[in-house]
Amino acid sequence: MEQVIDIISWICLLGGALVVLIGGIGLVRFPDLFTRIHAASLADSGGAILVIVGCMLQAGLTLAGVKLAAILLFLLFTSPTAGYALAHSAITAKDDGLDVDIESD
Amino acid sequence: MIIVFSLFLLTMMVVVALAVVETRNLFAAAMLTGIFSFLMAANFFVLDAADVALTEAAVGAGVATVFFLGAIALSSEHEHSASRKFGLALLAVASTAVVILLGTMEFPILGDGSAPVHQHVAPWYLEKTPELIHVPNVVTAVLASFRGYDTLGEVFVVLTAAIGVLSLLGFPRNNSEENAVNDGLSHQKILHIVGKLLIPLIILFGLYVQFHGDFGPGGGFQAGTIIAAALILYALLSGGDRARRQMPPRLLFGMACLGAFIYAGVGGTTLLLGGNLLDYSVLSHDPVHGQHLGIMLIEFGVGLAVASVMLTIYHAFAGHEHR
Repeated sequence: MEQVIDIISWICLLGGALVVLIGGIGLVRFPDLFTRIHAASLADSGGAILVIVGCMLQAGLTLAGVKLAAILLFLLFTSPTAGYALAHSAITAKDDGLDVDIESD
Repeated sequence: MIIVFSLFLLTMMVVVALAVVETRNLFAAAMLTGIFSFLMAANFFVLDAADVALTEAAVGAGVATVFFLGAIALSSEHEHSASRKFGLALLAVASTAVVILLGTMEFPILGDGSAPVHQHVAPWYLEKTPELIHVPNVVTAVLASFRGYDTLGEVFVVLTAAIGVLSLLGFPRNNSEENAVNDGLSHQKILHIVGKLLIPLIILFGLYVQFHGDFGPGGGFQAGTIIAAALILYALLSGGDRARRQMPPRLLFGMACLGAFIYAGVGGTTLLLGGNLLDYSVLSHDPVHGQHLGIMLIEFGVGLAVASVMLTIYHAFAGHEHR
């Protein structure tokens, strides 16, 4: 039983690391602001959820596990909201005639 | 494993520091200093300095970044390119770096328990804290009781920061009711609802950090910053005018002074009761109980002063442009 939980936990951790890595690559490689926000919020939400669930499985039913659950709940509220706020203000800025395209450097 | 992590953190810090120097865009520079502070906080945590890590994350990465953004909003987003003479500066920096690097050769290895710094007063603190003060967190015992003098000084430094900002920018003037058009982000429903949900939780966490400081990482400085961050979030969501009507900056500044006064007042009370300045043992019949009482009171004073100073500075920056 313990071994099964350990394997699931490592699948979650490695999967989360992979999602964050893909999100990071996307953040650099995608062509414009909105696709980049998509990549960043993917890493922010999906990757963080997987990593924290993996850690929770490692911690088990301890105080650390409860704290991780609280952090996960907090992240589930904040990171989609942050992505929304960024995209929304980019649209507003575009409507106001500001240039939101990525400077190529 | 932890060595690899430390090396990664330190390398990233060097990269971020170089990027801060290199960029001309001040908005990017402010964000990079926030990232730098987060890396520093993680580094402190690796070194088992949880209290300092909490402070660095809350102050350096959180509130300081907001202050930078407020200052940028009042000025320009781009750095003026000045004529730069590299030669002399490079020579000075390079020679200092060589001296410092030579100095580190003599240093004891990181984490060496027999290093002089760990043999000076630290063993005494570790040995005497359970007996004299009886709190699990030695950092709080050192900060609030053994070295209460220094912390009193720090609180007055924080208060001086608020006085400095206020004397430069002045108290923000409130717009009268009819032309208070600035309602912040309250027309954005998603942000408003999520903010409403999170602000009480953040304040609750701040109170936990405040009153749990004797037992775990935390204390007045961290708690004050966290509570101030929640109230800054409120001001961003509901508009500065509304936030200032509910918590007038003059009242906030008065609360900051009250916080410092509580701390100094505890010191004065111990003097009047016949003890030394900030020797809390005289506050109660039982010296250990007196220490607990004194630490709780001065931590409350610190939290009040820090939260009020942060909010005063924020409102001084944010209310300036509406004049």
